[in-house]
Amino acid sequence: MTEEKIRILIAKPGLDGHDRGAKVIARALRDAGMEVIYTGLRQTPEMIVEAALQEDVDAIGLSILSGAHMTLFPRVIQLLKEKGLDDVLVFGGGIIPDQDVPELKRLGVRGIFGPGTSTDTIVEFVREEIRRHRAGEPRQ
Amino acid sequence: MSRSSPEQLAQGVLAGDPRALARLISLVEDEHPWARAALAILYPRTGRAHLVGITGAPGTGKSTLVNEMAKVYRRRGLTVGIVAVDPTSPFSGGAILGDRVRMRELAGDPGIFIRSMATRGSLGGLARATSDVVKVLDAAGYDRVLIETVGAGQAEVDIAKTAHTTIVVESPGFGDDIQAIKAGILEIADVFAVNKADREGADSTVTALEMMLDLNGTEPGRWRPPIVKTVAIRGDGVPDLVDWVEAHHDHLRDSGLLAHKEEERTRDELLALIQHELTQALLASLRPGELDEWVRRVARREADPYAAAQSIVHRGGR
Ligand SMILES: Nc1nc2c(ncn2[C@@H]2O[C@H](COP(=O)(O)OP(=O)(O)OP(=O)(O)O)[C@@H](O)[C@H]2O)c(=O)[nH]1
Ligand SMILES: [Mg+2]
Repeated sequence: MTEEKIRILIAKPGLDGHDRGAKVIARALRDAGMEVIYTGLRQTPEMIVEAALQEDVDAIGLSILSGAHMTLFPRVIQLLKEKGLDDVLVFGGGIIPDQDVPELKRLGVRGIFGPGTSTDTIVEFVREEIRRHRAGEPRQ
Repeated sequence: MSRSSPEQLAQGVLAGDPRALARLISLVEDEHPWARAALAILYPRTGRAHLVGITGAPGTGKSTLVNEMAKVYRRRGLTVGIVAVDPTSPFSGGAILGDRVRMRELAGDPGIFIRSMATRGSLGGLARATSDVVKVLDAAGYDRVLIETVGAGQAEVDIAKTAHTTIVVESPGFGDDIQAIKAGILEIADVFAVNKADREGADSTVTALEMMLDLNGTEPGRWRPPIVKTVAIRGDGVPDLVDWVEAHHDHLRDSGLLAHKEEERTRDELLALIQHELTQALLASLRPGELDEWVRRVARREADPYAAAQSIVHRGGR
């Protein structure tokens, strides 16, 4: 048996047409040895969750710049629950005001990274969360 | 839940559970011990899907064509599994799998299942596990399985072995003479798609391909690969392309070549499995450290590798 590869879906939901941040994260995760399914712009929550299911990913990273994070994240998390995919790690980046972070975390978005975050921080977060999950350890 | 044993996973796949399907594909890719057990259960249910390969240089429009072909098949009432292969980075072992970007129109259709795959070190345009992943989709009941290879830009023999029908995608603008058309594609192409026919030079590409086919000669009864002009971004020519793919499959079936091809594929597969099993059994029969001792001796030129291999095989095979 070879190692179990880490597979991550990176999506850019919402209507703003700018995916530079998402591509930077995708490349950083690839350079850390992960398989990144990149789905591109203007993904609906339904499309994101369907792709996550078919691709059997460990995590979903969403880049949201449009200000619609308080509708998009909850919708993705709700759909994941409906499909029985609640063990998929959800994290996000983009422009998310500090006052929204506690509510998003309460809903189950496990990591939220603002514009200045280094890619190393995000890679380390993803790796550590997935390691814990696979080892059956409780999440922090 | 459907994940608690290989048997349950296989049953989930047969029952049309997309999560079981997705999970089993990962186990197959990871060469997990459960994968073989599940594949063994599924094997009798394979062999029904028509497997179609799509190969060609990077950026020629393979993914866009796959998207349009899937739409045509769906309109004809057929279900479609898609496997899209992209290269693994040799430096990190990671990969960016981006073919889904061109397939967003297929979202939300339960008659379509798309899976992205990284080559994981395999050369030749497919991953080592691709043919087993295709088997899983076949067993799951998809009528057509479309396999997009890595755009390596050279003739990819693996896809011709895996698929029943191989489409080679060319697009104008790479120079329109025969030299620009890669060696070896005649051997693998069952159908040519000259995509981006909205661009200048498509007709020269068609002419160059025609000339190449003419040079190759014709024999009565032999399949001559048709050349279909397509504009994948608009879907133009794609129904025609699909018709030719279907015609090729009919030809394979009616000429007896389908059965022949299946036997050839099975022979390769069986030999590879035998090789794998024998190697595993042999290595397991060695004393701990014995292989390393041989490696050291051969590296120091105290023994030659040919004698070493002979000695290991004959003693191990006792
Ligand atoms: N003008 C024109 N552009 C096309 C056509 N088909 C595809 N394209 C464009 O060509 C580019 C590459 O298309 P893809 O479908 O991603 O090509 P591909 O062969 O799958 O690429 P790789 O998987 O990276 O090798 C995209 O920008 C498409 O929009 C076409 O018929 N005409
Ligand atoms: Mg592609």
